[in-house]
Amino acid sequence: MVSALVLNDVHVSYHGKSAISGINLKVESGTVLGIIGPNGAGKSTLLKALLKLVSIDKGSIEIFGKTLEENRKRIAYVPQRSEFDWDFPIHVLDTVLMGTYPKIGIFKRPKKKERDLAYECLEKVGMEHFYNRQIGELSGGQQQRVFLARALAQNADLFFLDEPFVGIDIASEETIVDLLKDLRNLGKTVVVVHHDLSKATEYFDELLLLNKHVIHAGKPSEVMHPEIMLKAYERELSFLREAGVN
Amino acid sequence: MAFIEGLIQYDFLQKALLTSIIVGIVCGVIGCFIILRGMALMGDAISHAVLPGVAISYALGINFFFGAVFTGVVTAIGIGFVSHNSRIKQDTSIGIMFTAAFALGVILITVLESSTDLYHILFGNVLAVRPSDVWITLIIGLIVLISVYVFYKELLVTSFDPTMAEVYGLPVRLIHYFLMTLLTMVTVASLQTVGIVLVVAMLITPAATAYLLTDRLSVMIFLSAAIGASASVIGLYFSFTYNLASGATIVLAATALFFVAFLFSQKQGILWKKLNDKKNRHTLQKENI
Repeated sequence: MVSALVLNDVHVSYHGKSAISGINLKVESGTVLGIIGPNGAGKSTLLKALLKLVSIDKGSIEIFGKTLEENRKRIAYVPQRSEFDWDFPIHVLDTVLMGTYPKIGIFKRPKKKERDLAYECLEKVGMEHFYNRQIGELSGGQQQRVFLARALAQNADLFFLDEPFVGIDIASEETIVDLLKDLRNLGKTVVVVHHDLSKATEYFDELLLLNKHVIHAGKPSEVMHPEIMLKAYERELSFLREAGVN
Repeated sequence: MAFIEGLIQYDFLQKALLTSIIVGIVCGVIGCFIILRGMALMGDAISHAVLPGVAISYALGINFFFGAVFTGVVTAIGIGFVSHNSRIKQDTSIGIMFTAAFALGVILITVLESSTDLYHILFGNVLAVRPSDVWITLIIGLIVLISVYVFYKELLVTSFDPTMAEVYGLPVRLIHYFLMTLLTMVTVASLQTVGIVLVVAMLITPAATAYLLTDRLSVMIFLSAAIGASASVIGLYFSFTYNLASGATIVLAATALFFVAFLFSQKQGILWKKLNDKKNRHTLQKENI
């Protein structure tokens, strides 16, 4: 079977400064992959490169054995919550409905079928009672669930989530993790940029430890090994030492 | 009412009313996208940038619509080009490009000694609308409304979440320039009604008023159009009755409507907010006793 993602020697730079380099990675379908690493390690850059939101200097990325362009409709992306204008005049259901846009195509409008699908996706994240609320009226966790519902409405095979657990309540976090595992059990592939190390072992099937380049990729039990983690977080630790923390 | 009698009696007043209502509606519709995308300054810029186009059109003896749309779109592209290819931020780039276009327009009008009355282009003179202008306004209005209807979904998603739009393959940049073209056309349609200097008010004020009144984009668009049209009618009434510049009266009518919403809007109005705060405080104090 063809791998969901294959990265071959991927390099990305911003204004001549290398952000990530020499990334090699293979992700099989039916995996929940967590990308972890310190601040500035290039986690979001890697995600953006996968989605061609930034151009890569060198290397190749294959998605289901093809290019991104051939797979756009099979991909759902959940941006960081901080990227949205929460005062935007839009309701919860209309936000989820947006997930159906890619498959409707241009010139056409969402019909009852799409509305029903959006509502079902809201039920899956337990937010159906909030369907007519303005999105800014929700808590952080509820907002994140709504955006996951939107991704579900895209009926994608490959999901990308950028820091979905930042600033949200435990109940929402659990709902989201359960849904991601359900997706995995359906054979879907999920890639999550994550920075809270404590739950990484529970949440993910595979981990990619990143710090400008791949420090280690594999099973969480392998990656979450002190010696390996030290390699990625060395700089943070030396800071602590300098500050006299031991 | 002298205004009603005037409407029945005078052909020019009928044309003026029709034109300003269309302008109010169309500006209101496009304005919603302009304010939600944080492009208010862009609206001001494009409206000023049409001036050289108007001057050249008059000199060439063609309808000013063509020249105006041309220089408007060229300026929009220029603004994008400068901010994408340097560290110059968008608002700075807008400031550089539109003032340059406007200055060029002022010189062109002087040099070409065209029959254009600069004062009328700057401040509008809706009572002097010609039949051909009514047609142009009507056609522009239809093009804009149909475009927004047809591409509503795409305009919504690129305004709210451009990253998602890009990931699923929408030409986000192209849609931006498409909106800029619509904006330029709207500006041109508004030239005679409110003039270059005040067009931005017609784009922003009714849309901002509607924004205070609803939480749904589709409703906001209809409200904004209705508010824009009402401001046009009210403004025209005052312009005709008291012999005042139509652009100024229409804009002030829009501003008055804005302040009504600002004070009394159920959700966002400051009066309700204050009252609710007071009520909350009152109940909390009661609970304490």
